[in-house]
Amino acid sequence: MVWANQDKCAIVGVGATDYYVRGKSWPRTVNEMACEAILKACDDAGISIRDVDGFAYYSTAGAGYLDKFDTGSLIETLGMPHISYTATLTAGGGGVAGAIGLATAGLMNEDAKYVVTVMALQQLPQNRFGVLGVSSVPTPENSFLKPAGLVGPGYSVSMLTRRHMHLYGTTQDAFGEIVMATRANTHNRPKAIRKEPLTKEQYDASVLLSDPLRRLDFCLETDGAVAVITTTTERAKDCRNKPALVHACAHGGQREWGRAFSWMGMPDPWFASSGHKFTADRVWAQSGLTAKDIDVALLYDHFSPMVLMQLEDYGFCEQGEGNDYVLAGKVRYDPVTRKGVNGGTPVNTHGGNLNEAYIIGMTHVVEAVEQVRGTAINQVADCEFALASGGPATIPVSSLILRSA
Amino acid sequence: MSEPIAYGPARLLPGEQIRISTNPDTQPFWEAAKAHRLTVCQCAKCGHMRMPPSACCPECSATEKAWPTLPGTGTVFTYVVCQKNPVTGEPYVYVPVVVEVDGGGGTRLNANVTGCNAEDVHIGMRVAVEWTPIQDGWVLPNFRKA
Repeated sequence: MVWANQDKCAIVGVGATDYYVRGKSWPRTVNEMACEAILKACDDAGISIRDVDGFAYYSTAGAGYLDKFDTGSLIETLGMPHISYTATLTAGGGGVAGAIGLATAGLMNEDAKYVVTVMALQQLPQNRFGVLGVSSVPTPENSFLKPAGLVGPGYSVSMLTRRHMHLYGTTQDAFGEIVMATRANTHNRPKAIRKEPLTKEQYDASVLLSDPLRRLDFCLETDGAVAVITTTTERAKDCRNKPALVHACAHGGQREWGRAFSWMGMPDPWFASSGHKFTADRVWAQSGLTAKDIDVALLYDHFSPMVLMQLEDYGFCEQGEGNDYVLAGKVRYDPVTRKGVNGGTPVNTHGGNLNEAYIIGMTHVVEAVEQVRGTAINQVADCEFALASGGPATIPVSSLILRSA
Repeated sequence: MSEPIAYGPARLLPGEQIRISTNPDTQPFWEAAKAHRLTVCQCAKCGHMRMPPSACCPECSATEKAWPTLPGTGTVFTYVVCQKNPVTGEPYVYVPVVVEVDGGGGTRLNANVTGCNAEDVHIGMRVAVEWTPIQDGWVLPNFRKA
């Protein structure tokens, strides 16, 4: 059934700070970075900050892992006259793509006219994500996980990865290909953190942090902020740049995925997956599209195997065939033809969390906007549909399809 | 692909650096562990087993719980090899495992495994519970190659 709100809203503004290696943004504050991103997004949209009257956050309104956004503080700081919508998706980065659906909900309910979705991240030594798990006393629930020494999410994702390798014969070479293929997309991006070409020898020499995964399979740890503005397609006509239509959007997940790698109780075949089948099926049903119709896929890549497993969950290939799909070069972007390679769909043309920057998925939304606008640095030719996803993790995960106007 | 790595003996993380917390739903599991008795949470009404112990049964919504004594054996469902003590950062080979416990109705425990080299751990490997004293007088079920 086609989604009733299909193409009725659009992302009209994107803004971002520079990207900094973890901890290097100090003495900037996390609020200062958030404000810069929001104001740049307003400028890109051709509206005043005083026109903005809604916030649709994700990650439980987290600004990184310890800091929190507070709408009262933001409107005080930015001089916004009033707010008539302030909402968040729960859990963590899995909601990033779904936050645009949350913005759409506020717009379609006529609660707000221009809704900001923002993430800012500053990992000073005391609030580095990977360290939080070690220093804090586990909750009663994660007392059934943390004592095993799964330090951070990468270690836990390695559990799912190992199971995938066991069930389907998936190889570490495929993870290396994902890292190398997306690294090849950053050499021409001024703001990207990792721009040097990566060889297979360099990948193979990367330390095994949690065998089967290497340091280079883990995403960057970045400071910075990214904001986007969503409004109705009607209002978008008066905005400065070409709108990116919200064609389909879903968040959630199914019981078999649950808390995912914070739980480890997922039955096969969900265990060795990205948990995205549920929201993938929803956006396909909302849009009538399939993976074959997608021109560029911006897949949340906190850890390289999760790109492979999302390719399976979204149906770019069958479950268990991700290894061969990836090793056939099908996630690559060909800058000459400005298309995919070997019949594949280009993945993470911006370099992703692994190579460009990790702002908890917001860079994927920005790249989706730029691709359907036709202004991306690594522009895919004739890009009509861009898919962006929110991180495979505890529910919700999320999916977003933007359409060229 | 690189050559398989000879990691050497898989060690349990030191119990003195491990803490847990409990609530009334989970405490019976940990009290049983203190007595070296492996259990999982079972619905006292419909018999469905679940882990971690939670407020109500996902199948029938009952809150009454049973804590059956399990044989203490199981099978490695998946695993990861780690090389650094997460607290001290020192070189330390340990292998977090997800273990499907025998008699547990498909429930799993997350633990460390010992009694073999890290490179010899494999999915399907049989294991038996090994009790590790941790902080605050609690005891953690780990596993040893059977």
